[in-house]
Amino acid sequence: MVLRIERDHNRFKKIVHGQIKKELRKYVSKGELIGRQGKDLVSIPIPQIEIPQFRHGRRGSGGVGQGDGEAGDAIAVGEGGDAPGEHILEVDVTLEELANILGDALALPRIQPKGKRNIADAHDRYNSIRRVGPESLRRFKRTYREALKRQIISGTYDQVNPRIVPIREDRRYLSWKRVERPESAAVLIYMMDVSGSMGDEQKEIVRIESFWIDTWLSHQYRRLEKRYIVHDAIAREVDRETFFHTRESGGTKISSAYALASKMIDEEYPPSEWNIYPFHFTDGDNWGGGDTEACIDLLRASLLPRVNVFAYGQVKSMYGSGQFIRDLRDNFQSADNLLLSEIRSKDGIVDSIREFLGTGK
Amino acid sequence: MNLTGELERVREEIEAAARNYGLDFFETRFEVLDYEQINEVASYGGFPSRYPHWRFGMEFESLRKGYTYGLQKIYEMVINNDPCYAYLLECNHLVDQKLVMAHVYAHCDFFKNNNWFSKTNRKMIDEMANHSARVRRYMEKHGEERVEAFIDACLSIENLIDHHAPFIRRRDADGRRSAAAEGDRVEVSKIRSKNYMDRYMNPAAALEEERKRLEEKRLERGRFPAEPERDVLLFLIENAPIEEWERDVLGMIREEAYYFAPQAQTKIMNEGWATYWHSKIMTEKIVTGAEVIDYADHHSGTLAVQPGQLNPYKLGVELYRDIEARWNRGKFGRDYDECEDLREKATWDLKLGLGRDKIFEVRRIYNDVNFIDTFLTAEFCERQKLFSYRWNEKKGRYEIEDRTGKKVKAQILSLLTNFGNPFIVVADANYRNRGELLLRHRHEGVDLRIDHARDTLKNIASLWRRPVFLETAVEGKGKLFSFDGKEHQETDSEESAA
Repeated sequence: MVLRIERDHNRFKKIVHGQIKKELRKYVSKGELIGRQGKDLVSIPIPQIEIPQFRHGRRGSGGVGQGDGEAGDAIAVGEGGDAPGEHILEVDVTLEELANILGDALALPRIQPKGKRNIADAHDRYNSIRRVGPESLRRFKRTYREALKRQIISGTYDQVNPRIVPIREDRRYLSWKRVERPESAAVLIYMMDVSGSMGDEQKEIVRIESFWIDTWLSHQYRRLEKRYIVHDAIAREVDRETFFHTRESGGTKISSAYALASKMIDEEYPPSEWNIYPFHFTDGDNWGGGDTEACIDLLRASLLPRVNVFAYGQVKSMYGSGQFIRDLRDNFQSADNLLLSEIRSKDGIVDSIREFLGTGK
Repeated sequence: MNLTGELERVREEIEAAARNYGLDFFETRFEVLDYEQINEVASYGGFPSRYPHWRFGMEFESLRKGYTYGLQKIYEMVINNDPCYAYLLECNHLVDQKLVMAHVYAHCDFFKNNNWFSKTNRKMIDEMANHSARVRRYMEKHGEERVEAFIDACLSIENLIDHHAPFIRRRDADGRRSAAAEGDRVEVSKIRSKNYMDRYMNPAAALEEERKRLEEKRLERGRFPAEPERDVLLFLIENAPIEEWERDVLGMIREEAYYFAPQAQTKIMNEGWATYWHSKIMTEKIVTGAEVIDYADHHSGTLAVQPGQLNPYKLGVELYRDIEARWNRGKFGRDYDECEDLREKATWDLKLGLGRDKIFEVRRIYNDVNFIDTFLTAEFCERQKLFSYRWNEKKGRYEIEDRTGKKVKAQILSLLTNFGNPFIVVADANYRNRGELLLRHRHEGVDLRIDHARDTLKNIASLWRRPVFLETAVEGKGKLFSFDGKEHQETDSEESAA
């Protein structure tokens, strides 16, 4: 049974989505949505949308209660109805909806996928013409042209009295064709520096940002695989849980991660079939001793030619020198699929997301 | 879904018991709904067909959440209509259904017999469906967004009605205001003088000039409305430059506001009455031995009290019981009030047995305000451990203030004054002689919520289509808020200092 309320409920949800869009920056930078993620729903707390009315405020207000206690004792007042802004509504939003909201709010372009992997779905498009069909789909102009052609050919066309009478064979109808949309597959390769200089705050930023990147890309690709690489001086592949919670000490050799990513692509993700998105987050510190040069070589020779974009996010930390992003800038002035972003704090996450996803690649 | 065999049998039994006790109600139709349906109906305020609006959807969302997480559950819902409609939740236990039915019959009796409901539309279910059809038609014609935005603006002022309007004719039959205020003549003040000096001190020409000047000033100001209008909705319906469909929608909102008003005016009495009777009917006639524990559990649930909250069920039922006991024993009237012997007072018993008749009379003629005012005694407050509390600005918390009966009663009454709404009147519809609208807030000790007040002003301006002003007081200082269609302003004003 379709409930009558559905319509009002949908209308309300639309309003809520507008609200979330307006406040998106706040939700993003607080990261409060991540803990509220279910399988495919996110629960978002929003202040109850109220219709404004002339109402009494809290100042000077009071009430009557019942129970024990002395004058001057504090009491907890429940639903007073007059306490401003305290009604919080939890709204469930699907990840799909959330991605749409994100896309709208940041004006993210849809990604043009490359490669065709599988046939995703087939649907009908009304874009062709045939000789039979229902009257409701009859094309008047086409039919008229056919009739005109026939009359001219058969010599029944009278220039003085151009009367065109279509017969059954002249009739043309709109018809459909089955269109198959290729499904494109994508792989996200997250790389993160877990060396001593990356603190909890930096990792939190990475976590929040990756949540939104996941949300957006899984909205763009039916099939999205995610791989996680952590590195300090050596790199290894881990699962998602470990990725966000590992902490190593020691130094940093970025090239180790790039080499591993490159190997992954070699072995499992042929670029002709896969859209490849490596995301690398560090605080910008790299060991000397020629490692930066090694990184640049790897990028130039192996990674950049094969990936859709290579996103490098540099999270500001107290210890990092932040040198690496400068090295990249100097070496890849013309590479348009190397995206560089500096994230200074949680407030910078939104802008960074836009820098990464705003290219539509 | 209609009642199944067993429920129908139970219903007949309870109806008969209720009638035997003297309850008198419209025919009452019960329907059994599952939780989705009951949440839907509840979102619409009990009416299966309301006009479309997002706030019903919001209500639905929070009810559904509350139910899913087991935080709340709707037990009963009953509509003041002839016939009355009541809804039962499918998954409730039989004993709960019994309790709800008994409770509902008492509500229906209250709807039918309480004076404050006497002017409500008893065919409101049909009327609401009409409203819905009209709103849908307007939406088709003028666009959903536009109609919805207009309804938002109307709802913003739905509490600005005159609660006593159904009972008082404030106007002549033809809709005009009484002319008394209109006709006040201009009096020119004279300088006091001895008789023989008068024509020198107050020359006729100067008097005439002064009279003309005052007359002009009066015309210029030409108060409209002649007297402050409390029914702001009505005033706007009659005078705002809005389109016909908008006038119609505003009229519907007003009609619904007046329909719901008595329910807010008699919350304590109505719930108390229903609780009194479900308890009586259940314990004396209906409950079986096997059900008594469950019944007691759920009954006590409805009567539970928390320190910071007044439970209308509890307060109401205790007051009826107190009244019944007092009138049974004759504990009222001059002799009793003037008796100073506490022991004698405590054991006072004239064996009048008037209690039952008295509570039926009370349910007929009182509303919450005079119910509390008349029957809440100091002894009652003490016995029920009632106290008043207040917001402590310094400590940022609510604190217990006082336990004396007088204070508690005053506090309850102030909460109920104007049924919890601030007094707002249309003071001048030609403010500053520019057709601007001046509203005045009669400050009763509690400030308005400023953020809401601003947004409300904005909504009223969208109806009045000229700047709108609100005179109020904030922290003891007179303030004049305004919205001119573009921006808000706030200036000090002497007139309305509290």
